[in-house]
Amino acid sequence: MLRVEDAQVSVEFSPELLNKMADTVTRYPEGKQKSALLPILHYVQAEFGWVSPNAMDQVAAFLKIQPIEVYEVATFYTMYLLRPSGKYVLEVCRTGPCGVVGADKIMDHIEKTLGVPEGTVTPDGLFSWRGVECLAACGFGPVLQIGPEYTFYENLTEASVDKLIGDLRKGIKE
Amino acid sequence: MGRKLLLEHINVPGINTFDVYRSKGGYASVEKALKTMSPEEIVEEVKKSGLRGRGGAGFPTGMKWSFLAKPEGVERYLVCNADESEPGTFKDRYLMTYIPHLLIEGMIVASFALGAKTSYIYVRGEMMPQIRILERAIAEAKAKGFLGKNILGSGYDLELYVQPGGGAYICGEETALLESLEGKRGNPRIKPPFPAIAGLYGCPTVVNNVESIAAVVPIINEGGEEYSKLGIGRSTGTKLISAGGNVKKPGVYEIDLGLPVEEFLYSDEYCGGIANGKRLKAVVAGGSSVPILPANLFLKTINNEPRLMSYESLSDGGFVSGTMMGSGGFIAYDEDQCIVRNTWNFTRFYHHESCGQCSPCREGTGWMEKVLHRLEHGHGRMSDMDLLVDVSKKIEGNTICPLGDAAAWPVASAIRHFRDEFEWHVTHGAEAVTRNFGLAHYADPLPKPEVLA
Repeated sequence: MLRVEDAQVSVEFSPELLNKMADTVTRYPEGKQKSALLPILHYVQAEFGWVSPNAMDQVAAFLKIQPIEVYEVATFYTMYLLRPSGKYVLEVCRTGPCGVVGADKIMDHIEKTLGVPEGTVTPDGLFSWRGVECLAACGFGPVLQIGPEYTFYENLTEASVDKLIGDLRKGIKE
Repeated sequence: MGRKLLLEHINVPGINTFDVYRSKGGYASVEKALKTMSPEEIVEEVKKSGLRGRGGAGFPTGMKWSFLAKPEGVERYLVCNADESEPGTFKDRYLMTYIPHLLIEGMIVASFALGAKTSYIYVRGEMMPQIRILERAIAEAKAKGFLGKNILGSGYDLELYVQPGGGAYICGEETALLESLEGKRGNPRIKPPFPAIAGLYGCPTVVNNVESIAAVVPIINEGGEEYSKLGIGRSTGTKLISAGGNVKKPGVYEIDLGLPVEEFLYSDEYCGGIANGKRLKAVVAGGSSVPILPANLFLKTINNEPRLMSYESLSDGGFVSGTMMGSGGFIAYDEDQCIVRNTWNFTRFYHHESCGQCSPCREGTGWMEKVLHRLEHGHGRMSDMDLLVDVSKKIEGNTICPLGDAAAWPVASAIRHFRDEFEWHVTHGAEAVTRNFGLAHYADPLPKPEVLA
């Protein structure tokens, strides 16, 4: 859901980001540059931690498409974070096979450990967490992923989650 | 023990690099295809192999290829569907992680057969590590002259790109995938026209699953006829099965189609039986969309014949007493699992992933989710089971794409086979919140009579 207050935030695209965007457009035939939209939104999210309305407008201008064409895509796909999130977003798979092997318990444990409900940021700005649908790692559940690299953490236990959160607090990331 | 066609070298150290992969006979099919075969001959070999689409629908790959329109002066595209998101399925992720060059090799041969000069591998966005692996492998193959201009001096040019998705199950449906690749919302298109006539950018396009493309490699190397000797009947070749849930050894296994399910589930070579010494209650054999079966019906068909891991045997009995091969996402449930909770979980998934185009699916999945939620949480009514079946029947077949069917089948089948458990959730509402129904009469092995009483 887009929020009015988030529309006030303006961001500046780095030259590296712009280069990557220009490079991506060359993958598609002439005039089909809109195909670059999904990859570009991933780059934007990796750079700023979320996809702000202002960033979307800049992407639209870059791809020579209407802003609404970017908004409708960013709101359709679940990976794009449409409001500021924690530095580390823990996304826990909660679908079928992971549910069978205890994803609910892991989510309860994360909620207790971080002390914030799903979808909100911890006061230090480091973490947020949410349940997501199947991550195609059903044999190694429960699993969670952390963007923007989307590293997978498999066969989670309460102890391994504690260690992961502890490491991230210390700034250690695999 | 069956022959491994795809995963033969998966444990070789460094098989993810070009040099090691090449030293194990990798890219031989590209040499053979580009130097000695015409595109038509390749399509013919794939037809002969009997290979059926490994993404779930099981449509013959060679036939799909032969439908591709070839108007003069119009680009043709091959798009690989690596949007693996069917709950229970993780074989493509495994294949791309450990042996990425196999997919790239298959893409080159298939693109040549179809006359595509640009091909895309559409990978689900969550698989960023796999995207990085594939991009590195593509760069390696290009540096060695297997991609780019004038491949191996054959005069054939091919560019191969990896496209990330954005996290949407629906993009595994081929027309939604194409919409997404064009930078739009993943709303499936009305067919016809089929992608073979008007696909990516309105051009003729073939969309194939990762495993189907990878299977082209052994088919070209050994010939379609050799490939078709493996397997049973119209289920030819080998298949990757992702085993998960409560099995002892979850993972990806390559099996000869036709392997008895009992052997797959209980032998140490494969799943190794049920974890923690528990008993088997139910199985979802081909990804969350296919009908769930109680253990007794899964191991033996209604005619008391042992069931095999093949397209035909798994669907023996239709939806009354059978299921489907699907994508090979094998989920086993032990005696402690709650079928109502599992069905609610799956339905929540489909509600979440419905693209919202068709009212029956958009509204129906949400409705079913609410009803299942109240059943699971002890507020259900006896009429809810009939209501669920009724809603599922009204979704099924009334939507643009098969997501509607995929949402309807697990609910209808769960009620068909486990109705007593649903009813118990109504009659024992308070108890259902604190404990599970247990095994009843469908377990394998069957519980002792005194347990049932």
